[in-house]
Amino acid sequence: MVELAFSREQVLTWLKEVPDPEIPVLTITDLGIVRGVTVNEEVVVELTPTYSGCPATEVIEQSVIDALHKHGVENVRIKRVLSPPWTTDWISDEGRDKLKEYGIAPPAQSASKRELLHGSRAIACPRCESLDTQVVSEFGSTACKASFKCSDCLEPFEYFKCI
Amino acid sequence: MKIDDARLAYVLRLGDNALILGQRLVEVVAAYPELEEELANANFALDYIGQARMFYTYAAELEGQGRGEDDLAFLRDENEFRNVLLIEQSNGHFGETITKLVLFESFYLLQLEALMSCSDDRVAEIAARAEKEIRYHLRHNVQWLVRLGDGTAESHERVQQSLDTLWQYTGELFAPDEVDNLFEAEFDGPDLHAIRERWQANVAAIIAQATLEKPADAWMASGGKEGRHSEHLGYLIAEMQYLQRTHPGATW
Repeated sequence: MVELAFSREQVLTWLKEVPDPEIPVLTITDLGIVRGVTVNEEVVVELTPTYSGCPATEVIEQSVIDALHKHGVENVRIKRVLSPPWTTDWISDEGRDKLKEYGIAPPAQSASKRELLHGSRAIACPRCESLDTQVVSEFGSTACKASFKCSDCLEPFEYFKCI
Repeated sequence: MKIDDARLAYVLRLGDNALILGQRLVEVVAAYPELEEELANANFALDYIGQARMFYTYAAELEGQGRGEDDLAFLRDENEFRNVLLIEQSNGHFGETITKLVLFESFYLLQLEALMSCSDDRVAEIAARAEKEIRYHLRHNVQWLVRLGDGTAESHERVQQSLDTLWQYTGELFAPDEVDNLFEAEFDGPDLHAIRERWQANVAAIIAQATLEKPADAWMASGGKEGRHSEHLGYLIAEMQYLQRTHPGATW
């Protein structure tokens, strides 16, 4: 048995420092894309993509490798897992709070099919909390966001779309 | 046909549909008149290309010949692509692209739903990921088709023409061949007859809501699944593969 210089808990703590490249206020653990960590002769980190075409996927994988290398973990392997598929429900409560503070409305919870098809739930403005908001575009600057406008404070804001 | 060959062919078709449609949408990136639609279109393209990557990565593993996703995308010739004819058609005007997306995604969503419970775990996982994305696309595209159909006299006429033109490419979606049949039988894959019935009902409802007229089922074009394509695909492939063909092995 090889004596390991770090524990699984230690590795998890280090992963909590890796930011999402597109929304740097969130870490990859806030986002809920770390699906598993196995510490043996090599450290295997299981990650799941948010969207199929998310261009951040490769950047995130490299950031995880870099972050662990920095802490002296030499042997790192990334395993991509697809199941169960990521939904916005995987974002942690802490992550939701951070999003709101950053000016992005967090996703409405429970990404059910019904919601996606008939989604008309009022989205609160992250600045003034008003529910009097309107969709400007169901798509936004990244694959995961939609664009909204607050009719009360008139500020445009982004909404982390519910999927 | 061996079962393994049928599975590989089936997964490649899924990848080809996603890649060719994704590349088709890429052609109009940075060319849309409205910023909101520009974002929507680029997002659609991104989702499709992402899905293609997942299907190709799996296809390359099944093939076991040392090829990877890039080889499958950039180093195959036109007649090796097995995408359906509908999605390789040129973009046309905005309403035509929307009409094409509604027709295809209404099918693709049902196909993905069925694939989510197939016995090939990897395909089921990819389908579960992709299904959420396509559902979101379709909601947006149906809204547009309804607005255009039920819009001005001109928008109505133009999307009706698009619907009439594109209808002949919808038959191929539901015409099962050996690959479809084997995948259905061996991997609990989609039943295309059942999907066709649901598609007909869903699309008829959308067309009615858009105050358009459903074209009659007449002669249907086919051949895409066997690699016999319309003239539109060659140009798309030429542009898509230009860099890899000119500078073999170039990396980003």
